[in-house]
Amino acid sequence: MKSLEDLRALKKKAQEKTKLREGQERVKIIVTMGTCGIASGARDVVVALMEELKKRNITDVTLTQTGCIGMCEKEPIVIVEKEGKKTAYGKISPDKAVQIINQHIVNNQVVGEWVIEP
Amino acid sequence: MEFYRNHILVCTGEPCVLKGALEVESILLTELQKQGLENEIRVIRTGCLGPCNVAPVLVVYPEGIYYSGVKPGDVQEIVAEHLVKGRPVTRLVGTDVEKRVDVVYQVPQILTGQERVVLRNCGIINPDEIVEYIGRGGYEALGKALIHLKPEEVIEEVKSSGLRGRGGAAFPTGLKWSFTASGEEKYLICNADEGEPGTFKDRLILEGDPHAVLEGMAIAGYAVGAEHGFIYIRGEYTLSIERVQRAIDQARKLGLLGKNIFDSGFSFDVEIRVGAGAYICGEELALIESIEGKRGEPRYKPPYPGQTGLWGKPTVVNNVETLANVPHIIEQGAEWYKSIGTPGSPGTKVFTLTGNIKNEGLIEVPMGITLREIIYQLGGGIPDGHSFKMAQTGGTAGGCLPPEMLDVPMDYDELAKVGSALGSGALLIMDDRHCIVDLLKCFMRFFNHESCGKCTPCREGTPRLLELIEKIMDGTAVKADLDLMAKLAENMEISSLCGLGQSSPKPVLTLLEYYQHEFLAHIEDKKCPAGVCKKLQVKGVV
Repeated sequence: MKSLEDLRALKKKAQEKTKLREGQERVKIIVTMGTCGIASGARDVVVALMEELKKRNITDVTLTQTGCIGMCEKEPIVIVEKEGKKTAYGKISPDKAVQIINQHIVNNQVVGEWVIEP
Repeated sequence: MEFYRNHILVCTGEPCVLKGALEVESILLTELQKQGLENEIRVIRTGCLGPCNVAPVLVVYPEGIYYSGVKPGDVQEIVAEHLVKGRPVTRLVGTDVEKRVDVVYQVPQILTGQERVVLRNCGIINPDEIVEYIGRGGYEALGKALIHLKPEEVIEEVKSSGLRGRGGAAFPTGLKWSFTASGEEKYLICNADEGEPGTFKDRLILEGDPHAVLEGMAIAGYAVGAEHGFIYIRGEYTLSIERVQRAIDQARKLGLLGKNIFDSGFSFDVEIRVGAGAYICGEELALIESIEGKRGEPRYKPPYPGQTGLWGKPTVVNNVETLANVPHIIEQGAEWYKSIGTPGSPGTKVFTLTGNIKNEGLIEVPMGITLREIIYQLGGGIPDGHSFKMAQTGGTAGGCLPPEMLDVPMDYDELAKVGSALGSGALLIMDDRHCIVDLLKCFMRFFNHESCGKCTPCREGTPRLLELIEKIMDGTAVKADLDLMAKLAENMEISSLCGLGQSSPKPVLTLLEYYQHEFLAHIEDKKCPAGVCKKLQVKGVV
C-alpha cells in the first residue's frame, strides 16, 4: 500500500463484495418460491440465475426470493425490478432464466413473449 | 468473483456468543449444506448489532431482516422457510413483516433514531476482514492525513472539531495532543481497559470494527509524532484481544501499520497489552504503571502523561471511542462533526443501556439527546408495568438522577450541572422495585473492593461510607450520619489522588440530594419504602 490510489483500488474491489448489504443494487431479481414455485422447478431457476450472474461477473444485481404471489399456474415466476419498473415473467425454465439475464439485464430489452400480462 | 444471493450476518458480539450465537451459526452452516445452499448463501460473523437484550441476532441481506432471540431449534425453520421459500419467519422478527421481500429493512426499535458514526460499520462488515473495512472507506482518513496534512494541521482539525475524551473525563482531545507534540520519543496508548460496571461500548467497538480504532491510533500517532502505540485491553475481553490482534496483523500485511506508511516516511506500529482486571488500571497513570510491569497504582500529577508518561516519555492516552471518532473527523472535517450534538459537546455518544429497561443494548445517539428520549423511545420504556425511579449516568462512578430530571440533555456540561457525569456512557435504569440505599451499598461495595489503597481519602473513605450505609440498612443510623456521609464524600472528591476516589462519591452525593426522603424513611421511620431492606419494616405494613 503506497498511495491513496492503491487503497481506492482495493476499496472498489471490496465494495463489490459488500454491496448486497447496502441496498445499492441496480437490479433486483425476485424468484417466487412458494410451494407452487418450488414444485414447478423454481430452485433450478435460482441456480441457473446465480450461475449466469457469476459467469458474467455481474455484481450490481441482487437475487432474492419471495413466497407465493397468487399466480400459481404461471410458476416458476421471475420478477425483474429495474429502474423502478417491475416486470414479471411466467413459466420460466433454467434456459429461459439465462436468456432473461442476457436480454433484459445485460441488453436492457424486456423479453416480451414471457411477460405475464396484468 | 463468487456470487451469493444472500448474506447472513451472525452477530458474534459477546452477549450473542454467550446466548449461543456460535451454536446457531454452526447449525446454520449444517442446515445450509443440507439444503445445498452453501454456495448460494454466505454466512458472515459480525460485531455487535445493538439489540443485546434479544441476543442472539441474525440479519439476512439483501432483505435486511433482523431475526432476534434465535435459538438453535429455530435455525431449521429460518433456512427452510426464508432461505428456500422466501418467507421470512415473522415470529422471530418481532415487528410485522409482510411476507413480501420488497418490504425491506425491518429493524428493531432500538436501532431506529440512532446516529451512527463510531458504530457505522458494526453489524455491517466482517471485523476479521480488513478489505471489508476498506470497502466502507476505511484507512482513507489515514491516507489523507499522511499525504495531505501536516501533524499540526491534524491536531488543529481535531481541536476545532471539539472532540472530547469519551472515556469519562471529557478532556478536549486536540488540546491533549498538542501538549505532547514536542520532544523526541513518544508513545500513544489506547485505553481499552473498560472497567466501569455496566459499560461495554469499547468492547463492542473493538469486536465490531477493530480497524477504526487502529486507524484512529495511527492518525493520533502521526499528529503527536509517536511511532509506538499500545492498546491496553482488559484480560476478560478475549474476543476483543483476538480480533484486534488479527486486525493488527492484517494492517501490517497491507503496510497500513509498520514502516513508511503510504510512502510518507511516517512509521507506526501497535502492540497489545493485556490488563489483569483491576478497575484502577483504567486510570491513565495506573495503566501506564501497569504497562511498565509495575503494580497498577496512580502516580502523582503533575507531571502529566503528556510530559512524563510511559517510561518517562511524553505519552498520549486516549479512549477507544475517542480514537474511533478521529478518522471521521479527518475524513469529513471539523465543521461536519460540530454539526452533530451540542456546541459544548459535539458529536455522538455511544451508550450502553442496562437495568430495568425493555431494550437493553448498545446505542449511538447525538450528544444532547434527553434521558427521556433514550429511555422511552430507543429503550422502549420500563418493562412489566413498573415506573421509572432512577437513572445512573456514566457508570457506577456517575451520578443518579430522579424522574424530575428526565429532560436533562445528555452532554458533558449539562450533566455536570446536576452533579452527574456522562462518563463512559453507561446508563443504568432502575424501576420502583429498587431501594436507593440498597443500590448505594452495591456501588460502595464495588469501590471498597477496587480502591487501590495508595491515597488515604479513598482507601479509608470508601469502607467508612460502606459502614454508614450498612448502618442505615440495619436501622441503627441516626440523622447526623447522613451529614457525615455527605462530608466524607465531599472530602474524598476534593482530596483523592485519582479519578477513582474523586468520582466514587458522585452516587453518594446525588442520591443524598435527590432521594433524601428515602434515606429519612429508613432512619426515622425504620421503614424501607421499596421493601428491600430485610431488617426494616415495609412501609404500610404494621
